[in-house]
Amino acid sequence: MAETREITVTINGKAYTEEVEVRFTLADFMRQQLGLTGTHLGCEHGVCGACTILFDGQSARSCLMLAVQANGHEITTIEGIAPSEDELHPLQEAFRDNHGLQCGFCTPGMLTTLLEFLRDNPDPTEDEVRIAISGNLCRCTGYQGIVAAALDAAQRLREANGG
Amino acid sequence: MKPPPFSYHDPDSVEAAVALIGSLENAKILAGGQSLMPMLNMRYVLPDHVIDLNRIDGLSYIREAGDTLEIGAMTRQRELEFSDVVRNRCPVVHEALLQVGHRQTRNRGTIGGSLSHLDPAAELPLICAAHDAVITVQGPKGERDIPFSEFPAGYMTPSIEMDELVTGVKLPLWPAGHGYGFEEFARRHGDFAMSSACALLETGGDGKITRASVTVGGVATAPVRMTEIEQGLVGGDGSEDRFRELCEACRSIDAIGDVYASAEYRQHLATVMSRRALVKAYARATGAA
Amino acid sequence: MAAEPVPAASGSDGHKSFGERVTRLEDPALITGRGRFADDIRLPGAAHAAFVRSPHAHALIRSIESSAARAIDGVVAIYTLDDFRPCLAMERMAVGLPSPSYRQERDRPVLADGEVVHVGEPVAIVVAESRYIAEDAAALVDVDYDLLPAIADCRESLKPGADLVHRDAPHNELAAFDMGYGDVDSVFASAPHVYSESFWQHRGGSHSIEGRGCVAVYDDVREQLTLHSSTQAAHSARAVLVDLLGWDETRIRVMTPDVGGGFGPKVVFYQEDISTALASILTGRPVRWAEDRREHFIASTQERDQYWNVEIAVDDDGRVLGLRGSMIHDHGAYTARGINLAYNSALVVTLPYEIPAYRLDVKLALTNKVPSTPVRGAGHPQGIFVMERMLDRAARELGIDRAEIRRRNLVPSEKMPYERPLKSRGDAPVVLDSGDYPGCMEEALRRAGYAGFRERQARAREEGRYIGIGIANYVKGTGRGPFESVTVRIGTSGQILVYTGAAAMGQSTRTMLSQIVASELGGDIGQVEVVTGDTEGVAIGIGGSASRQTVTAGSSALIAATEVREKLLMLAANMLEASPEDLEIVGGAVRVKGVPDLKVGLGELASATGGTPGYSLPGGIEPGMEATGNFIIDDLTFCNGTQVVEVEVDIETGHVDFLNYVIRHDAGVQINPMIVDGQVVGGAAHGIGNALYEWMGFDENAQPITTNFAEYLMITAPEMPAFDLSHMESPSPLNPLGVKGVGECGLVPATSAIIAAIEDALAPFGASLAHSPVTPAEIVALVRGNEK
Repeated sequence: MAETREITVTINGKAYTEEVEVRFTLADFMRQQLGLTGTHLGCEHGVCGACTILFDGQSARSCLMLAVQANGHEITTIEGIAPSEDELHPLQEAFRDNHGLQCGFCTPGMLTTLLEFLRDNPDPTEDEVRIAISGNLCRCTGYQGIVAAALDAAQRLREANGG
Repeated sequence: MKPPPFSYHDPDSVEAAVALIGSLENAKILAGGQSLMPMLNMRYVLPDHVIDLNRIDGLSYIREAGDTLEIGAMTRQRELEFSDVVRNRCPVVHEALLQVGHRQTRNRGTIGGSLSHLDPAAELPLICAAHDAVITVQGPKGERDIPFSEFPAGYMTPSIEMDELVTGVKLPLWPAGHGYGFEEFARRHGDFAMSSACALLETGGDGKITRASVTVGGVATAPVRMTEIEQGLVGGDGSEDRFRELCEACRSIDAIGDVYASAEYRQHLATVMSRRALVKAYARATGAA
Repeated sequence: MAAEPVPAASGSDGHKSFGERVTRLEDPALITGRGRFADDIRLPGAAHAAFVRSPHAHALIRSIESSAARAIDGVVAIYTLDDFRPCLAMERMAVGLPSPSYRQERDRPVLADGEVVHVGEPVAIVVAESRYIAEDAAALVDVDYDLLPAIADCRESLKPGADLVHRDAPHNELAAFDMGYGDVDSVFASAPHVYSESFWQHRGGSHSIEGRGCVAVYDDVREQLTLHSSTQAAHSARAVLVDLLGWDETRIRVMTPDVGGGFGPKVVFYQEDISTALASILTGRPVRWAEDRREHFIASTQERDQYWNVEIAVDDDGRVLGLRGSMIHDHGAYTARGINLAYNSALVVTLPYEIPAYRLDVKLALTNKVPSTPVRGAGHPQGIFVMERMLDRAARELGIDRAEIRRRNLVPSEKMPYERPLKSRGDAPVVLDSGDYPGCMEEALRRAGYAGFRERQARAREEGRYIGIGIANYVKGTGRGPFESVTVRIGTSGQILVYTGAAAMGQSTRTMLSQIVASELGGDIGQVEVVTGDTEGVAIGIGGSASRQTVTAGSSALIAATEVREKLLMLAANMLEASPEDLEIVGGAVRVKGVPDLKVGLGELASATGGTPGYSLPGGIEPGMEATGNFIIDDLTFCNGTQVVEVEVDIETGHVDFLNYVIRHDAGVQINPMIVDGQVVGGAAHGIGNALYEWMGFDENAQPITTNFAEYLMITAPEMPAFDLSHMESPSPLNPLGVKGVGECGLVPATSAIIAAIEDALAPFGASLAHSPVTPAEIVALVRGNEK
């Protein structure tokens, strides 16, 4: 019998209590057991960044974590970025308005990575944005639209915060 | 690419971890996961047991103890990167860390994990070598200290026993105002270095070098202290031509050659990285930076 | 900063959303994590597949022993070709695009048939309750191999006495053809100057961030198979399934979920697709397979090596008199697509320039590697590279400026349409239909500050810095025919429905088609729903490749939408007692111009054409508010462009930095400039990767040695330059939209321009670069070898 543990993980503000195989990655746990398929798998060895989530507010590759390690922790995924069903986060709006995505497969990782980055760096330079997403691969866009979206989002967020 | 089956253990103390490491056959230690998890996903390793250290309290700390910086093994690279103490007392660590992987990997990766994994191109072992750091390990018989020069036993193999765990690093600090420089050549931002160098310098009022530490990484199987260059530097001035001449010694490093970079290319890069690191360090030592 | 993007709901009649930076219909789902990619499809009771793959490049299979694997708890089934045979009408996938050039047929078996011929070739499929268990079991399947010699080099492959890639083959030559025109031999016999060069060109894989994947669902009550596939070509996939299973079309449906990038290899139908389908048929359960990254490296098709030997003949003024040579192309172990990759390379070489004589002899060599098929660019970068490098060579030898030698040879715009004495693979003549190649180059050079570059370079050298500039012109045939159907239908709800076999893989197909359709039907793309890549949506289709869909599907969409518009207006005219000229379509209704209250909704009009039993249709109209467009294309329409790249080379490390990157290109009319920009920049990124970073390595035993993203380098954001990107619009005369394909435009000349720039920077060291990619290590070796 496969070794399992019961874990409780809070994802996008909702607590999930599940029994999970100890060898299941956090990414597979979210995608397959919880049906949260917004986070994607592109390489499963920690380079492409499509699986990036926020773990206790810090970006991390969910393919490089075991689900059991998330017990008692808080996770934010792409599904939790919009403030509500009817609204988008300024970062999401900026992606839409700046053609920051084409196929959308790398987008979950880009958004969570940039969410953390803009929270911690509200007024970044273009170079800083590029370095911030250096751990996220995109094959479609050449990154230009993504960088434009990040800078646009930074401005929108500064304005929203009265900056 | 899914991990193979294993039994999972998450001890909550160093003693419990040590006991497990000592008693379990074919066990792997999970710290930051940035090295072990890819190997598990790709099934390059097939452990029967995974011992997760992330529940252990008290292994994550950055402490100034006089002229030594004490860092716990489970301290995340991120914490080192954002630590004021590190930035003030050991600024080359900060400079090096900005080249280590990416934000996501630094958020999870630990210094203990990096030291235990001992990748030839890893930046943190290089920094430890440069500072003559002391690695603390704990085993069933208790704690012992290993000077970094004795720490690498071979390619990606630290000289620790099967039942020992790296618990911390003690970094002797250089005096305030010392010159420091870290340089690395990698294909892309955050990639493992094909060659890296750390230079630490002290100078006298006349601009002559009084103390030097020059370490090269990514070239041999472990970081190499270039004592020949260090000896040549002491007593001399800080001209780039002088550095260039001395750094030619890097061409004699017993270098790794593989399909990505020949031994000769790595040796060549080492001459360049060490020289550039020295230029940076000297400018900072003399206040010209 | 770009103009403010226009949100989806906008516009009134006469407002064509052409040329507008409309935000995309695709985005709302994708930015909130509600995309639905192949591995996101949730089906209760689905089992998971993993494959047992050959670890050897060439071997015989003596036996396959799976009892230990079957004993694992959670394993559902393990199948080999033997198990599938009773279900198969054909055991090999005969998919090769037709050509008289084949010397032998090498079709892929559904699963390995007694012999494996490349590392990664699928041998067995394991079906289990989870992918984890499937991989556990796959590791325990014991295959007994007898190793055979493996061919790793396509040149070695063609030498007499070479080991055979396939044990039963007569030799390793898969195909051979020659291409050309004019009296090459006499040109070379009398030419004042002849220069020769040998080229090695290498390109790697697709590496869409989403790998391949499919979910097969066999319904044994209706005896129907549905395959959800991350494919670029749903109808082709279905056609192959029809052949392999021996079923008729009504029993097989292929549907396409969101696709996380295609770039070529997802056009191909693979062993994994048919095996997953058969596994579902035999187990009676849905079966899913998601390709992991390692599998993408070793089992997805890719481009690889070409070796060229070429001579150019020029006169004293640098006018090209002729070009001739030979090329060996690494085809891999099987034919998964055709000879088109090598054919494209050979065809495009001389196209942008007036070259009076040309001949290339091409051989496609089998090797014990995964098959090669087009990756974005599809062989065009390689052909362009040869011409551009030879022009630079001739310029250097004759002391002529590199821009000037191009001026003297580019096809001038006055000569458009310019017929080349060459044939496309469908045997149609190659005609450059439109474009101003010299004008494009001049503007690109001006933007790049080319005229002042030599001075900049001299000053830099005084400072010990090495900078260089490179130019590359290209053309690419796009909009490959013969058609792509689009059906436009108005639903009784008023919704505008669009169905097509065209494929969406990130290039904004849905938005593009919506903009075209909406421009005829009221301007609001938010009212348009597009279904792509579903074999039940339209009867026939071809799919996405070769930058074809805006031309083909776009034109069909225009035809269909126009027909629907006419029908709407005619019916509304009848109902509103007005004349069609006085009507407009706005906000989901047809209304009288100037009298907004006098209107009838699109839904109501659709209902009217649905008929009421016993009542005549109004105004003698045809039933159904729908039309299907099938715009027929026989000729390619050619996009063109110029890239001028300035680099700085760190001669101590070999690192190449971009100082300036000018892209000027012409893809005809732009439907959505935002999307066009994205395609060009994305393509350029891939081209930079091919020039500097991407190398798919194999050892001398044809073992893949770069099989993860730490070893195979994809470009990341910090390495990307800023682009000076400008567009020209020479409308294509070949389709009603005036559009040309753009998906590969940014990529095709990139490698040529970049490597030319590096060579220019390293001119003091006597650099002559006739290969791609170029690595820092070799730059350092070149510099150090020449420093003394």
